[in-house]
Amino acid sequence: MMFFEKFFGGLRGGVHPEGKKQLSAECPIRSVPLPQKLYVPLQQHIGAPAAPVVKVGERVLKGQLVAAAQGNVSAPVHAPTSGVVSALGDHVAPHPSGLPVPTLTIESDGQEEWVALAGIEQPLELAQEDIAARVAAAGIVGLGGATFPSALKLNLSRASGVQTLILNGGECEPYLTCDDRIMRERAAEIVEGIALIAKAVAAQEVLIGIEDNKPEAIATMQAAAQGSAIKVVAMPSMYPMGSEKQIIQVLTGKEIPAGGRPADIGVLVHNVATAWAVQQAIRYGRPLISRIVTLSGGAMRTPCNVEALIGTPVEELLTVAGGLVPPVARMVLGGPMMGQQFTDMRVPVVKGTSGVLALTASETGQAEASPCIRCSTCVRACPIGLLPLEMAAFIRVSDLASSVALGLKDCISCGSCSYVCPAHIPLVHYFNYAKGDLAAQERGKLKQEATKKLADARNERMARIERERAEAAAKRKAAREAKERAAKEAAEKAQQESSASESA
Amino acid sequence: MNPIAHSPHAHAPASISKVMGTVLLALVPATLYGFWLYGWPAIFLWSITVASALIGEAFVLRVRQRPVRPALLDGSATLTAWLLALSLPPFAPWWLGVVGGLFAIVVVKQVFGGLGQNVFNPAMAARVMLLISFPVEMTMWAAPTPLSGEHALSFAQGLAITFGGAQWDTMASASLLGHVKTEFTRGVDLLHSLPGYFEAGDALSGHRVGSFGETSAVLLLLGGVFLIVKRIITWHAPVAMLLGVALPAAIAHAIAPEHYLAVLPHLLSGGLILGAFFIVTDPVTSPNTSAGMFVFGFLCGLLTWIIRTWGGYPEGVAFAVMIMNALTPIVDRYIKPRIYGRDRKGTALPAKKGA
Repeated sequence: MMFFEKFFGGLRGGVHPEGKKQLSAECPIRSVPLPQKLYVPLQQHIGAPAAPVVKVGERVLKGQLVAAAQGNVSAPVHAPTSGVVSALGDHVAPHPSGLPVPTLTIESDGQEEWVALAGIEQPLELAQEDIAARVAAAGIVGLGGATFPSALKLNLSRASGVQTLILNGGECEPYLTCDDRIMRERAAEIVEGIALIAKAVAAQEVLIGIEDNKPEAIATMQAAAQGSAIKVVAMPSMYPMGSEKQIIQVLTGKEIPAGGRPADIGVLVHNVATAWAVQQAIRYGRPLISRIVTLSGGAMRTPCNVEALIGTPVEELLTVAGGLVPPVARMVLGGPMMGQQFTDMRVPVVKGTSGVLALTASETGQAEASPCIRCSTCVRACPIGLLPLEMAAFIRVSDLASSVALGLKDCISCGSCSYVCPAHIPLVHYFNYAKGDLAAQERGKLKQEATKKLADARNERMARIERERAEAAAKRKAAREAKERAAKEAAEKAQQESSASESA
Repeated sequence: MNPIAHSPHAHAPASISKVMGTVLLALVPATLYGFWLYGWPAIFLWSITVASALIGEAFVLRVRQRPVRPALLDGSATLTAWLLALSLPPFAPWWLGVVGGLFAIVVVKQVFGGLGQNVFNPAMAARVMLLISFPVEMTMWAAPTPLSGEHALSFAQGLAITFGGAQWDTMASASLLGHVKTEFTRGVDLLHSLPGYFEAGDALSGHRVGSFGETSAVLLLLGGVFLIVKRIITWHAPVAMLLGVALPAAIAHAIAPEHYLAVLPHLLSGGLILGAFFIVTDPVTSPNTSAGMFVFGFLCGLLTWIIRTWGGYPEGVAFAVMIMNALTPIVDRYIKPRIYGRDRKGTALPAKKGA
């Protein structure tokens, strides 16, 4: 079977979109002038939104906790600079809908006054639990874009044991160079961060996977990792190499079981930028309040990489990049393959914002969809081994069950199929729509079950009350009757007695 | 304002018209050679087949109230008619091209729902229909009369053949497969009927009797390799189809050379090369996966050999392709890619702790 698979294309799927990384790869990370207002959404991670712990009008310091994590899956949020909380209300979300989301607005006072930080001189002497706890307190989430709370991954993996820790420096999305730059410029910090993560989960083997289109990053990381147990591995440049499933497959030869997690096969994957954030949090006590963002695209005047405070409105970043060169066909947050379009320039940078792209019409390559000719280019492009054309055909006729049977739930939404489709069919849009619909159906089902349970409980309760009332009534009736009987008997007795006494 | 678009926000430089255009380009050398080889009648027949297919497509799209221009410009109807024309006898009368072109587009393609929806390969279905309905006209082969040669037909002679139903003395020939079949029915075996009839060199160069576009194996092969290099098709179906003919032919010929044709005449005869690179690779009517394409192609080849060897017709490519077109959904049902994180049956792989 292995032979069969090799024979018919062992290196499965993937596409080779034009990299366009040269636009910004040679631009060192720049700082952004301190914005007047920062818009910090309460939810910048997967899980429950954080709950604000400051009041409007209160002065906060840079790095101060402003919203605390809620529940098991969540992450806290910190003030990106010192200033006054001017509003706690809705602000446009970094999401295609552009709908407002609960956001803390902080008016900066220009002082950049830090809160007292609890750094550690010898971070590697920390206990495993302490590392995870500090990562959790610093509000660190996966900076590759998934924004899953990092501490949670550390804790889950510590429990199940980690054989291989993989640091993802793939950055397979075209245009993006933020991970490339951070590896080139902050390699020593990243290596220390990796050592901390490895310690936190007692990893036996540590690999850094970097696509071979970033030779400088590979060289720098290799130099920084010299003398440690960390191995730098050059991977072929192919999209979606930076996807968790693919990087694990390429570096370890293992596959995550369907529906499972990397922890199921003893693997943990973190992004290189996350490792940097971990190092900052533990050595210096600095929470996650900034990140590297790539500003690029054919309609961006001077593409570059910036370190932006969380909450910086995109329009402020654009001035750093010299503004836009019209006509702009599309603005995108993240990379072009999986990023999201936005229309309002006031959207803030959040923890998951890896890039801001201004794309021209020729770059987006948008065209009207035509009928599927079953050319199966999408089948060959799918890195998971799905049949996108068949799945989309089922979804078109609302047959979600058949689509699920073909592996809809295994789809990673990488967009390779849509990218190569000669008919320009928005395949991955169908899949995400169907996944959303399925989730809604499942929620509906749960709600229905909950409603039914409540209704059943109510019926039972009503029946019980009725029964109890009836029993009580019966009891009262019995008591009354007993009383009446007793009174009657007493009266009869009294009568008998009186008649007896009369007769006496 | 543009509506909000879903990711990806980039697209490969690919389109349906580009795919079709590349296939058409791959057909150009063999076609031009066919024009030269058979002269004006072939040019007229090709033009009228393509024109009637386009008119048929435009008519149905108008009736279905679909946009006509983009569909005509995508090149799919042209390709269908082009392939059909290549498989017709070069001196066939004009109405054969018209009936075939219209049948391919209107009945086989549009009635089933248009581009991407047809079950059968329109060119092959039309060829089969013509062969069954007009067996005489469909087997009126002509020996090549190159445009630059001394026997070249004039423009007027070409008109007379295609539109006037004129007979020509070069039209008496039979194709190799037809000749073999006829001789068999007369009780003449291969050892006596074949000598002098098959020269591999002629077959490669196309200097022999046959449909006007099928005769030059070299140029068709060239076009096929071009398509593989351009990644329009994959090697699986073509190679498998050639294998499907070559393997049984080799075995049978080794056992009884007087009854069974050798591998080379099989591979270079009839529409096999055209079929292997341009017909079984038709995306619409073939399976989704590479493995599926291999199985599909192999069975097309095997059926072709069986029909050629034991069937009533000398050539079997079109029949074999149609039978396999009908089986494509079955192939797709049983041959699917293995999904990441699952075994071939679709069960999730086991979780291995730490190991």
